[in-house]
Amino acid sequence: MITKEDVEHIGWLARIDISEQETVEYMEKLNSVLGYFGQLDELQTEDVAPTYHVAEIYNVFRDDMVKDCLPQEVVLANTEHKQDGTFRVPKIG
Amino acid sequence: MAKWMSVAQVKERIKESSAEEVTAHYLENIGKSKINGYITVSEKALDQAKKIDSEGHNGILAGVPIAIKDNISVVGLPNSCGSRILEGYVPPFNAHVIEKLLAAGAVILGKTNMDEFAMGSSTETSYYGPTANPWDLERVPGGSSGGSAAVVAAGEAPLALGSDTGGSVRCPAAFCGVVGLKPTYGAVSRYGVVAYANSLEQIGPLANNVTDIAILMDVIAGYDRRDSTSIDSKTEYQKALVEDIKGLKIGIPKEFFGEGIHPDVEKAVWNAIHKYEDFGASLEEVSMPNIKYALASYYIIAMSEASSNLARFDGTRYGFRESGENWHAMVSKTRAEGFGTEVKRRILLGTYALSAGYHDKYYLKALKVRTLVKQDFDRALSKVDVLMAPTMPNPAFKIGEKIEDPLTLYLSDVNTCPINLAGVPSISVPCGFTEGLPIGLQIMGKPFDESAVLRAAYTFEQNTDYHTKRPQEVA
Amino acid sequence: MVYENPEGIRIGLEIHIQLNKLKTKMFCGCSTDYHNAAPNTHTCPVCLGLPGALPVLNKKAVEAAIKVGLALEGEIAEETQFHRKNYFYPDLPKGFQITQYDFPIVSKGKVVIEGEDGEHTVGITRAHMEEDPGKLVHIGSIGKSKGVLIDYNRSGMPLIETVTEPDMRSPKEARRFLDKFRNILEYLDVFDGNLEGAMRVDANVSVHWGTRVEVKNISSHKGVERALLYEIMRQKNVIRRGGKVSQETRHFDEGRGVTLSMRTKEEAEDYRYFREPDLMPMRVTDWISAIKETLPELPDAKRARFMEQYGITDMHARSLTSKIMLADFYEGVSAKGADPKFAATWTADVFLGELNYRDLAISSYDGERIGFIHAKDPRIKNSFKVSDMVELINLFAEGKISDRAAVEVIRTMLDTTEEKTPSRIIEEKGLFKAEDDLVTKAVAEAIAENEAAVQDYLGGTEKSLNFLVGQVMKKTKGTADAKTARELIVKELKG
Repeated sequence: MITKEDVEHIGWLARIDISEQETVEYMEKLNSVLGYFGQLDELQTEDVAPTYHVAEIYNVFRDDMVKDCLPQEVVLANTEHKQDGTFRVPKIG
Repeated sequence: MAKWMSVAQVKERIKESSAEEVTAHYLENIGKSKINGYITVSEKALDQAKKIDSEGHNGILAGVPIAIKDNISVVGLPNSCGSRILEGYVPPFNAHVIEKLLAAGAVILGKTNMDEFAMGSSTETSYYGPTANPWDLERVPGGSSGGSAAVVAAGEAPLALGSDTGGSVRCPAAFCGVVGLKPTYGAVSRYGVVAYANSLEQIGPLANNVTDIAILMDVIAGYDRRDSTSIDSKTEYQKALVEDIKGLKIGIPKEFFGEGIHPDVEKAVWNAIHKYEDFGASLEEVSMPNIKYALASYYIIAMSEASSNLARFDGTRYGFRESGENWHAMVSKTRAEGFGTEVKRRILLGTYALSAGYHDKYYLKALKVRTLVKQDFDRALSKVDVLMAPTMPNPAFKIGEKIEDPLTLYLSDVNTCPINLAGVPSISVPCGFTEGLPIGLQIMGKPFDESAVLRAAYTFEQNTDYHTKRPQEVA
Repeated sequence: MVYENPEGIRIGLEIHIQLNKLKTKMFCGCSTDYHNAAPNTHTCPVCLGLPGALPVLNKKAVEAAIKVGLALEGEIAEETQFHRKNYFYPDLPKGFQITQYDFPIVSKGKVVIEGEDGEHTVGITRAHMEEDPGKLVHIGSIGKSKGVLIDYNRSGMPLIETVTEPDMRSPKEARRFLDKFRNILEYLDVFDGNLEGAMRVDANVSVHWGTRVEVKNISSHKGVERALLYEIMRQKNVIRRGGKVSQETRHFDEGRGVTLSMRTKEEAEDYRYFREPDLMPMRVTDWISAIKETLPELPDAKRARFMEQYGITDMHARSLTSKIMLADFYEGVSAKGADPKFAATWTADVFLGELNYRDLAISSYDGERIGFIHAKDPRIKNSFKVSDMVELINLFAEGKISDRAAVEVIRTMLDTTEEKTPSRIIEEKGLFKAEDDLVTKAVAEAIAENEAAVQDYLGGTEKSLNFLVGQVMKKTKGTADAKTARELIVKELKG
């Protein structure tokens, strides 16, 4: 079962601010879903290989050939927070 | 001009008048809409149609309008994914399918509403408000491609593209009484579709009839070297449209007719199956014992992948941004305000399922169960040509009815999500009504055997009239 | 002699190198040639992490990784794949880095270096492929940053991260390892170490077989030895004062030459690795033998061949093969008719010494000339022709110029970009060897004019002889052969 502290920790890992009140709500809702997921424990899967992908494809490569890049103004077109051709954000820590 | 037209009828009209007139007709229908199916209507649609008129209608879809789910990138049109966090974001590149459509001469009408980041089965979690079901405006159109299905059902587009991660094309197709196909994983390039769960999802077509689905598949499917999971199956989809299913072996997986299925749905689906028997198909009950675990496996995998896919929405380069005293605080606030509740729940659950100490219990376990589900499909499909079952266990529910309890909502994907785990093709076609609400028949096939699925669907359609029924609410 | 490692020092390195010889980035077609470009001009939807963009792996990057693995005598994995490393940082446009996790392409390799006690083997734990993040510029100092500017030109650059065993026993061995490692990569033609940011090193170090401390962010090659010397001294002092070295991550401040404790994060990171679902696994076994065939002669093999083929000393061979372009230059000079032994001395001792003195780094060789750029200011460039070196060595060998004159010619040529042959410089500067009677005259004068020095020498002070030789050289403007002058003086004074 997920605790309040777990919710706070995964909120930090996922970089989502969660208020006091929300923490409790999330805890309840997430626990009900995790409870449902718990049914998988019924299955014996020690000898079962995981399926990451249904398609068994290997060695998909691209040739080392230069393609056009986006112009700088297009790269920066989706933000107001820019300076001298760069993206500007607040200090990190 | 008829409100609802097939691609053939649209092309006929274009020949008689012009692409411009046809596009204007659809834009007019959109203008009078009661369903909130579009997030963005393209202001360039008419110009695009005029250009096609002036160039002489080259291409399989020359002048044919189409609606695009708002998670598929189109240059110059906002791509919101139904989320506040992508507010104002306009992609500088076209999705592979959009390139193909434009090359075929299609006119893009606009971007359709969806559950935020395709996470939902009702199109209620969109930041841009819910879309109404054209058959009953108080009900949901299904989801997550609810906008795409609803605008096709309401005569606001003859064709649409959706994306299907766990049923997001087939569920709204069933709820809105249209046809929707989830192609085999790898058949259609994912380049340009905003990822929810990469290993599960495919772009899929929605239309009023099976023929139009095949036409659209012939345009959008095929190998794309920008998508490493793309496979060239060389299928010719329209060639599959043959009205003959003699000798077709149909498997009926009883697990898809489980508890909680609406009796009218069960009846309508069995009626359809018996019709196939009349046409010369044989039936066989097949057992897929692990299907009951598919839903949990599906959600764990989808949420895990999503928690990583959605990490890029941090307010740094595009979209919505909150202020914060430092970058991490800015990001945490941006994501708290920019994502809706359901998206945040799934990100948190996915983060948890991948985190140290829980990775094996949830994520790895889900991948192993996926193997078992896939083996169920492999086994069943080794004996029969196609599987048939209800697309949705129930007809469209009321707006607001299930939104509060995530688990209840998740359970509505019970018949659609196993298909995504196995990566096989599956179509939903209209097969009846209950209290004026459409019912969908789901036909599943072997990997890259869309031909069998389409042939079965086409044969049914040619011998029934469910697909010709139109919602009176929006007539 | 066996090195006892009296202070129980163990050093392991984690080295990130950019595969900057490739034309394009790891997962997109953007050019890797971004070093002098305006910010955010070498980006596309893929390396900007725009929603919907998908990575496609550069085949040459895999080929390069296999080459590196083979050169490090490592095992190449039969099946290998990419993972996502999930964490938030502004230089990471997708919120995760595509890297390799439990199936690295290379494992269990080794590099033999010239250690404290002769040949010493450093184990390679693993080497894997990954993508580079973008570049951050802090406005103001890091401590009082007002904001951060982000340039994604570097984002998606192909990297190979190599992790060594903690087998190095001194900062000197760590530097030697890096020299050798860089040298191997340049031999493989996958890496140009002269480009900014091409190699970044993290080191872990412990003393008295104790707790490991991680030192991050050592950007320059030379920084590694400095950072380690400082960190070892710091740890020894902690222990001397009775303290305990704590396990931590420290940051190297290049300017001050010290390591600083990094602020511990409020909460531990958890990278939530999982397989990158947008990339398919690789099976490279069939490929390996073909790549093996294309592997060039590597430094150790070349060194052995040089000693054998040209009859030069181990020291010269080692020095000449320490850079592929220098080795090629040397072979060019020898092939064009210079005596290989003279060529070794003049290239390894004089020429290389003069380059180092000028902070010039060898940056090209095209068979005709060897080029170099200034290590700190890449705008300063120069080159040296094979034919000029041949001419110079032959003039010296024939006794037409003195060794001092030859050095003078090399210096002149390095200090100007004017194209002049050695003979021309020798002529202009009057450096042809003095006639014998001129030297004899100068010797006589030097003896006559420096009575005190002569007496000292005869009284047993050897140093005074050097002074007299110096006088002769002065009088002949350096054109005398120093050895001859010395012999003449001794003969004159002692009979």
